[in-house]
Amino acid sequence: MSAVEAAAVPAGQAQSGAAEAIHVENLHKKFGQLHVLKGVSLSARDGEVIAIIGGSGSGKSTLLRCINCLENPTSGIIRVNGEEIKLKADSHGHTVPADRKQIERIRSRLGMVFQNFNLWSHMTLIENVIEVPVHVLGLKRDEAIAQAEKLLARVGLAEKRDVYPAFLSGGQQQRAAIARALAINPRVMLFDEPTSALDPELVGEVLKVIGDLAREGRTMVLVTHEMKFAREVATHVVYLYNGLVEEEGPPEQLFGAPKSERLKQFLRNVG
Amino acid sequence: MPPGWGGTLLVGLLHSIEIAIGATCLGLLIGTGGAWGKLYGGPVTRDLLAVYTTVVRAVPELVLILLLYYAGTDLINQVLTAMGYQRVDISGLAAGIFVLGVVQGAYSTEVIRGAILAIPQGQIEAARAYGMPPSLMLRRITLPAMLPFAIPGLANLWLIATKDTALLAVVGFFELTLATRQAAGVTKAYLVFYLAAGALYLALTLFSSVIIGRVEAWSRRGMPSVKEAR
Repeated sequence: MSAVEAAAVPAGQAQSGAAEAIHVENLHKKFGQLHVLKGVSLSARDGEVIAIIGGSGSGKSTLLRCINCLENPTSGIIRVNGEEIKLKADSHGHTVPADRKQIERIRSRLGMVFQNFNLWSHMTLIENVIEVPVHVLGLKRDEAIAQAEKLLARVGLAEKRDVYPAFLSGGQQQRAAIARALAINPRVMLFDEPTSALDPELVGEVLKVIGDLAREGRTMVLVTHEMKFAREVATHVVYLYNGLVEEEGPPEQLFGAPKSERLKQFLRNVG
Repeated sequence: MPPGWGGTLLVGLLHSIEIAIGATCLGLLIGTGGAWGKLYGGPVTRDLLAVYTTVVRAVPELVLILLLYYAGTDLINQVLTAMGYQRVDISGLAAGIFVLGVVQGAYSTEVIRGAILAIPQGQIEAARAYGMPPSLMLRRITLPAMLPFAIPGLANLWLIATKDTALLAVVGFFELTLATRQAAGVTKAYLVFYLAAGALYLALTLFSSVIIGRVEAWSRRGMPSVKEAR
C-alpha cells in the first residue's frame, strides 16, 4: 500500500489494544556534565498523537531526537514497533547504536520533520520526496515519482515539483518536508517544533497539513510550542520540566485542569 | 598533427593536459577520502592525514617531484629486486600523474573539508534521520551539497595543476615546457616559441574557465543568485 492510500484510510481514534509503535523507558541523556533527560518514559500506540510540550531547555527536542538516535541516549530503552534499538558503549564510553544496519532500517520507517525543514538544497521538491524511497527503500523510480506527485498535491505543492527549496517560502518548504516524510510510508511521524522557524502568517498552512494527518489516525510524536494546536490534535500530552515528565494525560485534562503548579505557570506564560 | 616544431609543441601540450587531468582526478579522490577521514575518522586517521597535508603543503613542489620521482622509482625497484622481480621503468606519465596527484590531494583535502563544513548541517542530519548509510549519504547528499562551496577552490587547483606540469620538465618528462625548450634551443627562435607556449597555456586556462563556469552554475542550481542579495 502506498503512503497516500495508507493515509487515506481513517484508522480512527487510538485504542488501548493497538500495538505500541514507540516505547521509551527510563531514558537518560547527558551532554558532558549537563543532564538533559533524567529518566523519561513515553509510549505511543498506533493512531495516537503524542504532543510533547515544555519550556526551553526542558529536553523535549532531545527526547524526540533520541527516538531515532539522532542523539544517542546515555541510557534507557527505546523500542520501535516492538524492536529494541541495540546500544553499546564506544571506546570513549559514549552510548552508540550497536548495529548500524538496524538503526538505519528503523530510521527509514520514522518520518522526521525538522524545525528548519532541512530539505536537500541541490534537489528539486520531487527529487527530495523520491530520494529516500528510491535510494534507501529500493522503490522503482517511476512508482516513487507517481507517489511523490500525489503527496505534493496533497500538501498543495503540485505545481512546485521542479522548484528548488531555496526558492520557496518557509511554509512551502515545511509542507514539502512533510511530503518527504510521508513518502517513506512512515510507521510514526516525528515532528520537531515544525512551526517554530516560520513567520506567523505561514504557521497556519503547516498546522493544517499536520492536523489533517492527525485526524486520519497517523501515529505521531509532536514537539510543539503551539498549545492550542496540541490541544486540538493530540490524544495524549506530555509536559516535560527539567528533564522529567512533570505531568501527562489527555489534552482536556492537561490544558483544562492541570495539577502541577509548574504546568499551570507554564500555560499562563505561553498564553 | 602539423609538421615541424609546432607539432612538437602541441604534443607537449597534450602530454601536459593528460598529466593535469590525471593528477586532478587522483587529487580529487585523495581529497574526498582525506576530507572525509579528517572530519569523521578516528584519531589515528586524523593524525596521519594531518601529517600528509602538512608535509606536502610545506615542501616545495619541485623538491617533492624530485624526491618522489627519483626516490620513489628507486624504492619501487629495490622492493621489486628484493622480492626477486625484474627492475621496471616507471613511465614518465604514470610518475607525473602520481606525483602531482599526491600534491593536489593534499590541497584538495583542505578545500573539500572546508566545503563539507559549509553544508548546512541539517541536510546531513536529515540524511541520517532517513536511514542513509554513509556511502550513500556521501554520494547523494554530501558531495553534491558541498560542490558549490568547493568549485572555486578546486578550479584554482586545476589551473595550478595545468601549470605544475611544467615542473615535470626537470625529470625529463616531455610536456609543453620541455618541448618549448627543445624547439627554442634548436632553432634559436626563443621569443617565438616561448610566446607560443605562453599562448597555449593561456588558451588552456581560458577554455578551462568556460567549462568551470558551467559546472559552477550547474552546482549552484539550487541556490538563489547572489546578485539579488546585494
